[in-house]
This record gives sequence, C-alpha cells and structure tokens, in this order.
Amino acid sequence: MFRRFFMATLMAAGVAAAAAPASAAEEFIVVQSTTSTQNSGLFDYMLPKFSEKTGIEVRVVAVGTGQAIKNAMNGDGDVLFVHAKPSEEKFVAEGYGVERFDVMYNDFVIVGPPSDPAGISGMTDATAALTKIAEAEAPFASRGDDSGTNKAEMRLWAAAGIDPTADSGRWYRETGSGMGATLNTGTAMDAYIMTDRATWIAFGNKGDYEIMVEGDPQLFNQYGVILVNPDRFPNVRAESGQTFIDWLLSDEGQETIASYRVDGQQLFFPNAK
Amino acid sequence: MQDFAASLAHAIGLILSGDAELWAIVLLSLRVSLSAVLIAAVIGMPLGAALAVARFPGRQALIVLLNALMGLPPVVVGLVVYMMLSNAGPLGVLQLLYTPAAMIIAQVVLVMPIIAALSRQVVETLDREYSEQLRSIGVSRLGSVPTLLWDGRFNLLTAVLAGFGRAIAEVGAVIIVGGNINHVTRVMTTTIALETSKGNLALALALGTILIFIAITVNAATSAAGGTARRLFHA
Amino acid sequence: MRDLRLSHSGAVTGVPTPARDLPISARGLRLQRGGKLLIDVPDLTIETVGPTMILGPNGAGKSVLIRLLHGLVEPDAGQITLAGRDPDRAARARQAMVFQRPVLLRRSVTGNLHYVLRFHGVPRSERRARVRDLLARGDLSGKGRQSARSLSGGEGQRLALIRALAGAPEILFLDEPTSSLDPGATQRIEALIARAARAGTKVIMVTHDLGQARRLGEEILFLNGGRVEEQTPVADFFPRPRSAAARAFVDGHLLV
Repeated sequence: MFRRFFMATLMAAGVAAAAAPASAAEEFIVVQSTTSTQNSGLFDYMLPKFSEKTGIEVRVVAVGTGQAIKNAMNGDGDVLFVHAKPSEEKFVAEGYGVERFDVMYNDFVIVGPPSDPAGISGMTDATAALTKIAEAEAPFASRGDDSGTNKAEMRLWAAAGIDPTADSGRWYRETGSGMGATLNTGTAMDAYIMTDRATWIAFGNKGDYEIMVEGDPQLFNQYGVILVNPDRFPNVRAESGQTFIDWLLSDEGQETIASYRVDGQQLFFPNAK
Repeated sequence: MQDFAASLAHAIGLILSGDAELWAIVLLSLRVSLSAVLIAAVIGMPLGAALAVARFPGRQALIVLLNALMGLPPVVVGLVVYMMLSNAGPLGVLQLLYTPAAMIIAQVVLVMPIIAALSRQVVETLDREYSEQLRSIGVSRLGSVPTLLWDGRFNLLTAVLAGFGRAIAEVGAVIIVGGNINHVTRVMTTTIALETSKGNLALALALGTILIFIAITVNAATSAAGGTARRLFHA
Repeated sequence: MRDLRLSHSGAVTGVPTPARDLPISARGLRLQRGGKLLIDVPDLTIETVGPTMILGPNGAGKSVLIRLLHGLVEPDAGQITLAGRDPDRAARARQAMVFQRPVLLRRSVTGNLHYVLRFHGVPRSERRARVRDLLARGDLSGKGRQSARSLSGGEGQRLALIRALAGAPEILFLDEPTSSLDPGATQRIEALIARAARAGTKVIMVTHDLGQARRLGEEILFLNGGRVEEQTPVADFFPRPRSAAARAFVDGHLLV
C-alpha cells in the first residue's frame, strides 16, 4: 500500500517537474550579449525601463562576444548586442542578421599593479605600451577567448608587430575566461590586463590596481546591435526584437544609456546615428 | 582579499534579510535540482537494478561504461544538451533552450548515471542475499527488480543524495543551457560564478555558504525522514 | 485457485492425501563445477508420502541435490519429473524452500507473509485472515508489526517456515533449517515441519542431525560423493546401514 503510494508520488512529481511551465506567459525576447554589458550593471539599470514601457521582458544571455555570435548563428536568440564590429558585419553579410546599428561605445584601458614593471604608467599610446610590456616580458593576462575584448587586444598586438601567443604560458597568459575571471586571475599574478572601462569601474576586487594606459583612439570600444534574421530562423521574435532595437536607438534609450553611472562615472557613451 | 569571517557574516545577513531575489534564486535551484534528481531516480533506479539482476553479453562493459559516466563533465553535458535544444539542433522546435526545463534535462543527463550506477551496486549486493529465496518463491529475475528496489530503499537513498549533491553543486551544464538569465534561469551556482566574475568575492562566498547550508538541510531532512520511515516500515 | 490445505482455523485433521506431484524422479542427473563432479544421480525416485531426510558427510552434495530438485540450479545433464511430468511454472509454484539461514525481506513480519500471499494470487480480502492464521501457527502472533530482521534466530526461522507454508506447498524443501538454532528453537521448528507433513506436504529435508532424521523422517536418502548410496526407510537405515560409508556415518566415523 505504502509502496504504491510512494511510486505514484514519485511518478507524479517527476511528471509535474517535467511539465512545469518553462516561463511565464508574457512576451519576452532573448538577447545574446557580452559579459561587459552585464557585469557593468548596465542591463540591470536599463532593461526595467524598457520592459516597463513596452511590456516586453528581456532575457540576457551574457557570454563572450565570440560565443554570443555563435549562439545567434544557431538561431538561439532574437537580438545580438556585442562589441566586435568586423565580426558583426560578417554576421550580417552572411545572412544571420538583418542590419547592424551602432548603439554606444566605451573604451578599453590597460590596468596594472602599482609596481609597474614595464614602466607604462601614464602612457596614451597603447601599441607602444604593449611593445614595452613585451620587451620587459612583464606578465600580461589575456582573455584568450575570442571575445570582443580579446579581438580588440589582438588587433593592438598586430599593430605593434608582436605575436604574443608565441610566448603563451610564459609572460603572456591566456585565461580563456570572461573579463571578470581574467581580472581576478590577472590581479592575483601581478599581470597587466586590458579591460573595458565599464567592467573595470564596476569590478569589486581591484586590490591596489590602477589604470596605466587610457585615451588612445585605438582603445575605442564600439557596441552594435543586430536583429537575428527571422527569414533564416522563423522562431525569432522579430517584432519584439525590433522594438528593443528601436528603443535602444531612440532618444529615450540613448539618454538612458548616458545616464547610467557607477561611482559618479559614466560608463557608456551613446552614439546611435 | 576579503576575509572569510566577513563573508560568513554577509551570508547570515543575507539569509536573515529574507531578500526576495535571493529566495527566488534558492527556490529555482531547488526546483531544478530536485526535479532533475526525481526524474533521474525514476529512470536510473530501475535501470541500475535491471543491470544488477540481468545477465546478458556485454553486461560487464555496460557496467564499466555506466561507472565511467558518473564522472561526466558538466560542461560537456551542457554542450551536448545545448546542441540538441538549440534552434539549429534536432530538438530546437521544443523551444526549451534558456528555460528551467533545459536545466532540468541537463542535470538529469548528469545525475542519471550516478543514480543508476550506485543503484546497481546496492541492488547487486541485496540480490546476492535474496536471489535464491526469490527464485524459490517463483519470482523471475527481472520480476525481482521492484522487490529489490523496495527492500533496498534506504540504501538507495544514498544514491539519490549523491545525485542531488552533484546536481545542486554543478554550474557548467546549467550555465550553458540556462544562460544564467536573471529571474528566469539564474540559480545559486550561476549567481556565484557571476558574482565571482564581477569581483564581488565576499558576496560570492556568502552565496556559496548558503548553498552549503541548503545541501546540509536537504541531506539532514532526508536522513531524518529516512530514519523515521525505517522505524515505521521495518527495513 | 487450487485447494489450500491450510484451513482458516489452521487446524489440520484427518489422513494426509498423497501430494499430487509425487513421485519426484531424477534421471541421469549430473552437475559439474570447476572440473569436479558434484552430483551424479543416474536414477532416483522419491515416492514416500512422509518426509525424506537427506543425510551424508560434508561435501556429499546434499544442498546441491535439493537445489536441483527444486529447480534453483540447472543440471548439466539429466532431467527431473514430477508425477511423470516436466516441472512447469505451476508445479514450481507448488514448491517452497527454507534455507539454512533465513532470508527475510526488509519488511515487517506480516509484510513478509503478505509478499508471498500476494505472489500466490490470494485476494486482498483474504490475506489478512490468512496472515493471522500463519502467525498463530508460527507462534509469532504478537510480533506481526515488528521488523522481520529484528527477530531472534529461532523466530526468524519460524517466520521463514510459515512464509514457505503460506502458499500451501505440495513439496517443501528444507536445507538444514535448524543447524544454527538451540534445542528449544529446534524443537519448535520440528513441530511445525511435522505438522505440515501430516497435513500432506511432502517434506524433503537436508540435515546433519541424526536424531532429527529419526524423529521426522520416513525415509533416508544417504548421499556420498554426489551419489545416492542408499535410499531406505528410517526404520531400516539406522539399525542396518547397508553401505560401508553409511555404516561409518551412523557410527560417527564420517565427518558430518
């Protein structure tokens, strides 16, 4: 008797769990985005304003730009919101996305320990700074994950005519992780790290690290937004996704981005055309 | 580096504050992992038991495989389930990616081999004692599976708890198929990963402490319930 | 449902009717394990209605033989027939066995009995009364709700025995059921066995205890080296064992 009850309970619970509604009935979109937008707190600040106005819930999957683009190429997401312009343009050109729009920018900085073994503190030329780091063979922690930040970093090394990956494992250390994890790792081994400013300002484990290099136009970090192509993936929630993109590019969206501050500092600068 | 005492104090403060967001995350963690363990048990226990009593060519190989699957890396499971549930994958039409259901599926895959393999061991030991008697009564080999599972129920609890421990603690699978979406698929472990990546180590550690509390609570509740049931049901 | 010899009151009266599965015959029965011939029984017929006691020195193959007869072990060669027929599922269901160490399910005392009754298709409505009768028969009435595995050795074996009798078997196989029990407990088991035998159940029992064989048995099957050396009425065996081995065994010279 007890056994029957026991088994029945087990089965019922299993079925109930399996059949549990996957989500609330209300409208939502999935945005494939990057850790920098998430970790900086921008989404937590911005998205409730959008949802309140439109009733559309925005579900953010925050991964590296490389992975975000690959996920979107599988049709797993309605909107792509990342920062690697060449890759984004390729994404659209290959028919995965409808059209790319500039949304905002911030910039990258190179942070380092106060001991500054390569002597780059205060420099404004990023390629020159990287060259000095390579010459000093000072530890440098790289994302190494094909993310937007990683792609930008690799462009700078290329501009400096250096292939740091040849020294991978020695002074050049690829963490293969997100920005936050790389900052945690890099600060623990006194390495220089290139990071987007937004993540850096919001980062809670800075220790005694300081910004060493900033202000180089090459460190400019542009974010773009793309609607995943509904012709290619019929399940894309094109209308809601477009509503989100329109709002981001609208005066209201742009002002919202500009008004986000951490410790009194503006993290992102809207530049939709 | 923030110290542990501060984190512990932070954890206790978080629990006492009754923070709604925290509780939602805790409840989702429990819902996902308990569902996964329940489903994995319903599949895994009879499977393990059948493997314990049945004799067929390749049985030993299957046991080795099952034991090896206990060590499945969560990330690999997450990746495979992602590729199945992705819109580009065979099960994309179900639209389960980035939902708790997807997380449950991934954890079922992760936990089922553990429950099946441990059940196989429990049932095989019991079967050594029971097999002649059950055959004498006239119970067939496969027919003895329900009896062995029922009579081994208190030892099987250990298998289920091992599965739960694995499910509630893993992050690799749920972060890929769930996407760590705030208020939708964010569970304890993915929150810990997120807060760590934000450099909020004290908060991350506090959440980790709460996770350990939950694990202890579930284990204690289960063994208390098991002990009571054992007295009531004469194991 | 076939007639169950155990009435609800548990009373057993009258003259036993011969079990329907007799005689039990074995032809060309051989079993080898690890290159050793354990059983070599070319021709055996058990037709006595009263208990058959299997005696023999250690390693004679007594336990193996009753497992073969009960169908727990498949022979390498030869066949067993019950009343001239191949034993089918139904015939097997009319048999039961009690082992040297009782195998009690991890349930209550009544749970153990319910298990077998359910397996034999006894309707739910009748089970409760049947369990009550069986408990009374095994002198376990006060212990029904107790965990079976918390019983003492003697109580546990009594439970195993009444559980075996729950299906009212035609043939009851017993493999040294009292070998680890004290004299008092042994006596109660023997009384249960004797009563079942009187009620018409064919008992085939392995024992080490010559006194027990004398008390319970009607015929003796003396086994040595996997062979049946002697099959004689109890009354003849003890005074006049025919083979040299049997004589040595009765005189206590062969290790039991």
